[in-house]
Formats: sequence, C-alpha cells, structure tokens
Amino acid sequence: MHERQIAEIEREALLTAVFRRYGFDFREYARGSISRRIRLSMQQENVATISALQEKLLRDSACMNRFLLSLSISVTSMFRDPELYVSFRTCVVPQLRDLPFVRVWHAGCSTGQEAYSMAILLQEEGLYPRCRIYATDMNEEVLDRAKTGIFPLDAARAYSANYQKAGGKTFLADFYTARYENAILHASLRDNIVFAQHNLVTDGSFNEFDLIFCRNVLIYFNRTLQDRVCQLFHDSLSPSGVLGLGKKETLDYFPRRNDYQEVDRIEKLYRRFR
Amino acid sequence: MVPHGVVLGASRGGTGALARLLTSLGGGLMAPLVVALHRAAESDEMLLEFLRKSAAVPVTEALDKEPLLPGCVYLAPADYHLLIEEDRLALSVDPPVCWARPSIDVLFESAADSWGEQAIGVILSGGNADGAAGLARIKEYGGLAVVQEPSEAECAIMPEASLRAVQVDKTLRLEEIAVLLSGIRAPQLR
Repeated sequence: MHERQIAEIEREALLTAVFRRYGFDFREYARGSISRRIRLSMQQENVATISALQEKLLRDSACMNRFLLSLSISVTSMFRDPELYVSFRTCVVPQLRDLPFVRVWHAGCSTGQEAYSMAILLQEEGLYPRCRIYATDMNEEVLDRAKTGIFPLDAARAYSANYQKAGGKTFLADFYTARYENAILHASLRDNIVFAQHNLVTDGSFNEFDLIFCRNVLIYFNRTLQDRVCQLFHDSLSPSGVLGLGKKETLDYFPRRNDYQEVDRIEKLYRRFR
Repeated sequence: MVPHGVVLGASRGGTGALARLLTSLGGGLMAPLVVALHRAAESDEMLLEFLRKSAAVPVTEALDKEPLLPGCVYLAPADYHLLIEEDRLALSVDPPVCWARPSIDVLFESAADSWGEQAIGVILSGGNADGAAGLARIKEYGGLAVVQEPSEAECAIMPEASLRAVQVDKTLRLEEIAVLLSGIRAPQLR
C-alpha cells in the first residue's frame, strides 16, 4: 500500500480518536486543511507519524489544547472585505431600523475582529443600543482573546484603511485607546457583545436571529457538514433574516437555496424569504 | 477513474509567464488547471481580466467547494489559500506560509494528497522558494513534477529552488509545457 493511503487511514483513525476522547468532531472537516494542520502539529510536537501524534493527543491534554488552538486560529482583520460593509449599510441597515430589537450571531468568530467591526458599524448607524451580538466559537481560548478587545497597535493601524473603505464615518482610532503596543477597543463596544462557546458541528440552534454572519468558517467543512450547518443557520434565522457568508463562499449548493434571495451577489449576503 | 489535474505555482514574473502559457495552450487544455499566483491581499479583478485576455479557455477565481471541470482554469483568490478537495476546490484563511497567501506549497500538498499519481505540478517564474516542498510531495506520491527552464524564467529563483529540492521529471520551456498539458488525455467522465 502506498504511503498516501496509509496516511489517510491514520488521519481517519486520529480524528475518530480525538472525537471519542474529547468530543470535538473534525471527521467531516475538509480534508486538505485538516491534513495540513495535522502535518504542522506533527512538526510542533516533534513526532514522525500521524499515529504517533494520535497517541500523544489521546494521553496528553495539553497537546490536545495546542492542536485545538491550531484549528481555531484563522487570520482575519477588522473590516475584511470593506465592500461588504458598504453594501450592508445600504441594503440591510434600513430593514433593521424597523425592528425593536436586533439579534446578531457571529458564528465562528475566532479572535473577534469581524464581530467588533459589526459593533462599530451598528454604533455608527445608531442601532447598537438595541442590538445584541452573540459571538461564538468552539474554542474557549480564542474567545478569551476576543473578549479582551485588545489588538496589536500595528494591526489596528492596518485595519484603519479597511475601516475607511468600509464607509466608516470618522476614524477607527476613535474607537480604541492606544496603550504601549496595544489598541484597546472602547468598553462601550463590548457592552452588547456576548462571547460564548458554541460548536457548529455538535451543538444546536440556541436563539432566533435577524442576522447571522459566518464568514470563512464553512470553507473548513466538507459538503455534507456544510449542508448541516447551513440548515442550523436556517433554523436559527428569523423569517426575513439575513445570512452573510465569506466572499468566496456560496449558498448555491445548499438544498434550501431557493428559500433565499441574494441581497448582494458579490458580497454573499442572502435574505431568507420563506 | 479520477481525472488528471494540474496545479501551477508562480510569483514574480509569473503573471506574464502564465499568460504566455495560456496563449500557447489555446483550446487544448483537457484537464482542470488550478493556479496559485502570489498576489497582494487587496488585489482586485485586474489580474483575472488580464489572464482572460490570454486564454481561449474559461478562467475564473475559485469559489469554495466548486466542482473541478476539465479544461477550466481556476485562480486562487487574493488573501486565501486554495486547496484541492478530491474533485472540488476548497479555501482556507490559515496563516500565510512564508508571507504568502495563497501559498503554492499548500495547494501542491493538497493536490498530492487528493490526486496522488494523477497530479501534475508545474512551477514557473518566481522570486522565492515557495512550491519546492509541495512539488516534492507530488513527486513522492507518484505525480509528475515539471519546472520551467530557469534560463527562460523572468525570475529563476523559484524554478531553481524546486530543481534543488526535487528530482523533477521535466524541465521545459513554456511552449513545451503547453504541449505537455495539451497532450493530457481527456479525463474519463463517470
């Protein structure tokens, strides 16, 4: 048997072992990304085979924490895809003005950059006092980072250009305090964000939302799991709620695609209408 | 039978090289051609438009889980890694590898994992060593490793890095790479 096929057997065994030992289910993650994470983890843990990594993961929970963290860190920025925010202001904000209370779910928020971006936009539009943003991730460690609302100052400066392109009304620096090498977001932004652990693979719907953002998270799932998670969003979306995906993601393969109309085809904003 | 697939990586000088390759290919491309070209995170559709002008076959920016079609060219979107997922494409926003996102190594390794001996990896002009490790994996898993003749490349660093790292199967000029890719038999559709 070829090394490639042996590695595939080992990968499957490892993911099953991790699920049975810790309850985190990566078995239906997209193969390419998970293979790469496993390979990087092997280097980090200094083991030669996937099987050796499996043994270490099973018995050493610190090793599992490192593995989990490597699977939870995606590199994003505030106001990533600024055109999305421009479109959101034009096409979605007017609809929100009619609502007495707005519930927003940022699913798979990682370190929180995009959830805070939405908080800033909603504050600028005068909607934030009656909004609640639920920002969830499977990993408590990244949630702890997100909760601080602290970003490296040089990153925050880089975000400023995005903020301007996103239709920002003042300067991004108006929303944070610079201290030493850090930018600390104003506490008022954090007031209406609830950071909570939620696993899209194994947990169910927990509320009804007017807006759901899940950007660049579904790309890590295989087609089967994508459909299941989209169904979870469907079940969690109010009858005319809006779903926002990543710019290169699409709802087109989802069996209930016909229940949605495109608000913005390029920026992947969809409105549920039945 | 799994159809053949071609992955191609390039950076500095690679846009022009890819355009020339696409022109030489004409309509002769029978396999899917998946491209990771180093580009700025905020780059726009200009690159896509430029490549389209050179190509007789469809050129698009990859969407997540898009099915691969023979004779089509897929370009990695700016600020994403692009991966092969059996007969589909997948994206990731994992950290950049050696400052690159898309990374050629990430694409090539996933092609090796998915396609094994059916994979063909092509390295063109470029200014760093990205792609060498990925090409090595393609070769290790029985695929075909092809590198642009360094003397022809606008920037020879990338082809030379691959030649040092891998016992490549072929070192070819762009015209010859076009001939090779046109000669790949049409995949047998199920």
